[in-house]
Amino acid sequence: MQKGLCVKEKENEFRRLKEFIESKKETQGIMMQTLQEAQNIFGYLPIEVQKFIADETGIPLAEVYGVVTFYTQFSVTPKGKHKIGVCLGTACYVKGAQLILDKLSKELGINVGATTEDNLFTLEATRCLGCCGLAPVMMIDDEVYGKLETKQIPEIIAKYRG
Amino acid sequence: MAIYRSHVLVCGGTGCTSSKSVLIKERFEEKIKEINLDKEIQVVLTGCFGLCEQGPIVIVYPEGTFYSKMSLDRVDEIVSEHLNKGRIVKKYVYHETDEDTEKVKALADIDFYKKQKRVALRNCGVINPENINEYIARDGYLALGKVLTEMTPEEVIKLVKDSGLKGRGGAGFSTGMKWSFAAPNKADQKYVICNADEGDPGAFMDRSVLEGDPHAVLEAMAISGYAIGATKGFIYVRAEYPIAVHRLEIAIEQAKDLGLLGKNLFGSDFDFDVEIRLGAGAFVCGEETALMQSIEGYRGMSRNKPPFPAVKGLWGKPTIINNVETLANVPQIIINGPEWFKSFGTEKSPGTKVFALGGKINNTGLVEVPMGTTLREVIYDIGGGCPNGRAFKAVQTGGPSGGCLVKDHLDTEIDYDNLTALGSMMGSGGMIVMDEDNCMVDIARFFLDFTVDESCGKCTPCREGTKRMLEILDKISEGKGTMEDLDRLENLAQTIKDTALCGLGQTAPNPVLSTIRYFKDEYLAHIVDKTCPAGVCKKLLKYNITADCKGCTKCARICPVGAITGKVKELHVIDQNKCIKCGACMDACSFHAIIRK
Amino acid sequence: MKSLEELKKLREESIKNLEMRNTEKNIRVVVGMATCGIAAGARPVLNTLVEEVAMRNLNDVQVAQTGCIGMCTLEPIVEIYEPDKEKVTYINVNSDKAKRIVAEHIVNGNIVREFTIGASDN
Repeated sequence: MQKGLCVKEKENEFRRLKEFIESKKETQGIMMQTLQEAQNIFGYLPIEVQKFIADETGIPLAEVYGVVTFYTQFSVTPKGKHKIGVCLGTACYVKGAQLILDKLSKELGINVGATTEDNLFTLEATRCLGCCGLAPVMMIDDEVYGKLETKQIPEIIAKYRG
Repeated sequence: MAIYRSHVLVCGGTGCTSSKSVLIKERFEEKIKEINLDKEIQVVLTGCFGLCEQGPIVIVYPEGTFYSKMSLDRVDEIVSEHLNKGRIVKKYVYHETDEDTEKVKALADIDFYKKQKRVALRNCGVINPENINEYIARDGYLALGKVLTEMTPEEVIKLVKDSGLKGRGGAGFSTGMKWSFAAPNKADQKYVICNADEGDPGAFMDRSVLEGDPHAVLEAMAISGYAIGATKGFIYVRAEYPIAVHRLEIAIEQAKDLGLLGKNLFGSDFDFDVEIRLGAGAFVCGEETALMQSIEGYRGMSRNKPPFPAVKGLWGKPTIINNVETLANVPQIIINGPEWFKSFGTEKSPGTKVFALGGKINNTGLVEVPMGTTLREVIYDIGGGCPNGRAFKAVQTGGPSGGCLVKDHLDTEIDYDNLTALGSMMGSGGMIVMDEDNCMVDIARFFLDFTVDESCGKCTPCREGTKRMLEILDKISEGKGTMEDLDRLENLAQTIKDTALCGLGQTAPNPVLSTIRYFKDEYLAHIVDKTCPAGVCKKLLKYNITADCKGCTKCARICPVGAITGKVKELHVIDQNKCIKCGACMDACSFHAIIRK
Repeated sequence: MKSLEELKKLREESIKNLEMRNTEKNIRVVVGMATCGIAAGARPVLNTLVEEVAMRNLNDVQVAQTGCIGMCTLEPIVEIYEPDKEKVTYINVNSDKAKRIVAEHIVNGNIVREFTIGASDN
């Protein structure tokens, strides 16, 4: 289980989320937008945030939780400082993206979907990023690395370890 | 309005942006300013040019010079040589345009573009998508104006019906028919939705249209709104497409400012507004009923049809849902008429189709060809065939819902019916080329893994069935499969096809069925001979050390399980029983003496 | 947007800038823009030609620059290529001459003999 979120420390964040929800009172179907905004604010969606959203919107917590866990972009656990996403779209896959992913997993010592112990990296396999001309591709935060070879991985990771 | 003597167009599609085209644009601006030419030369960030393989791409007008694989130093040279002194920098020009030494070939004459016919992509790479004036200069919003001032909704629907336009998102249903179902339904509110939840891995045409020509989609949505009597539109976009979302936001803002969205458009009593809604990474939301659930704020799970969305859609109101590429065709059809549209393509599938060429192909990118063009023309004449002299093995169309086509199918004319007849489908237009190094069992497993992961879980055939299929495929790819497994796989596939609730489940077995149909020998190799002919399936691979080994001991030291033995300066050997096939030795070897087979 | 006419007007205004990106034109006007040409004043000539062509909506005319044409003392040089016609070379061109070249040669089809390279030979 993840560590609980201290509501008091995050007072400002909760205020921002409340303002967002109030600004959308007139809009129909705001659940997705609210969750997206909340994830922007908190970085992830711990149960405390879900409860808050349920209270503010009047949507049952079970339903909020249902939606959060349905969509892959919503996360209930905190992410590492750097998010590594290896594209596993078909174009990348046929050009060896799986090998890149395996290499990263070995290099970081974590499985896909996990975060390193020092909270520096989260490794994820993503859906098609749409730059198939650069296949195989990975993204670290907003930086795109294309035409990758497994050999390059240690060097790239070292850059972020600093 | 200022007139510039030269325009520098820099591709701002996702592919080129990923290779830093925004920095290239900024460098151009900076360098041009340094020599005081910023009043004479305009630098424009456009949508995708299509030839992503050669990115970042820059085109300089009026000459139409096509510079490929741009870098910052190249920018400096092009500014000082070409823009300042008028000397085209030949060495950076896309090689194919530079064959004859005197004159640089025009873009339209390059093999990649020669056979293309751009309708949906007509403005991509031509205009600045963040400037509504450039869209208007290319006849933008004329169709909306014509529809609102000269036509009745019935006439609009008839015209679209007559054109024979079919949905480009996958199923290929007649767009005009869809509209005609929603039009007569009475309701206090109707909706139009643009489905931009482009989830097929390897397909990115919708994103390119949104990034390169967002106004075309907005205009078409307003037209469809007028046709069925809806005043509100939603665009449901994947959150993975930040550039597309950003350009759409700008486009909506600009259209509102000019009164092309909002109240009383063109002096009529028709109001229309568009709102963007973001997805959150669920492939099933490309299915229309699941998509509407997601907009309403629920888990994106599909439901039974009927009732169809045209009767009971978003919030229970009559709704039509059209795909991005479909919509991008609509303004052109209104302006040029249905006969013009039918002059391209085949009798049953008129018009053009955009394909995303990817995988083992030389010219990765986006191509738009008339329906009826053969696979050979697309893959060889436009795509330039497989790289590194490898042999073509198969082309996968239709993504996770489609199937593989082989060499014998290369002369098939592409249209909805022909692809379906061969066990694949048009889908949204992804075309992934595979060569002899790709294992077809592995590819089938890849797609199934995708559907298992993306199944919404509502109906049993899709939730449980695809999972069982994946388990069988895993078994086969590990060399533990039996002949009975193959029968079971086919049997299960047929059952899922017949019983799944929505399109995702019904088509999920296609990649498996089509690979069994055309590559049974590869399945047999895995099952009977316990080998993977393409050398992909890990559990069936063997690492071996060749005679090139110099005995440096590096591999033996790096092997995590101590499977490699050998003396210094002598040939090393891998103990196959100990080897865990991690590949560390192969990476470490400096002499390429370790092979995987 | 209140009427179709309003949109069409905006379209007319916007179209001029985009004409630049159409490469399928029959008439090519080329200005020598190497160091020698620029030093002799080719830049204002080029800009004048671009403006004149846009102002008159000459959609079939492309104005481009090129490198050194090879007769540095005669710069600025402007060459006009038309299909099935011989190339015409104008020398020592300035902005005023450029305007006349557009008006007389390109619009009306009368070569401005006094500015051509042939005229200076005689």
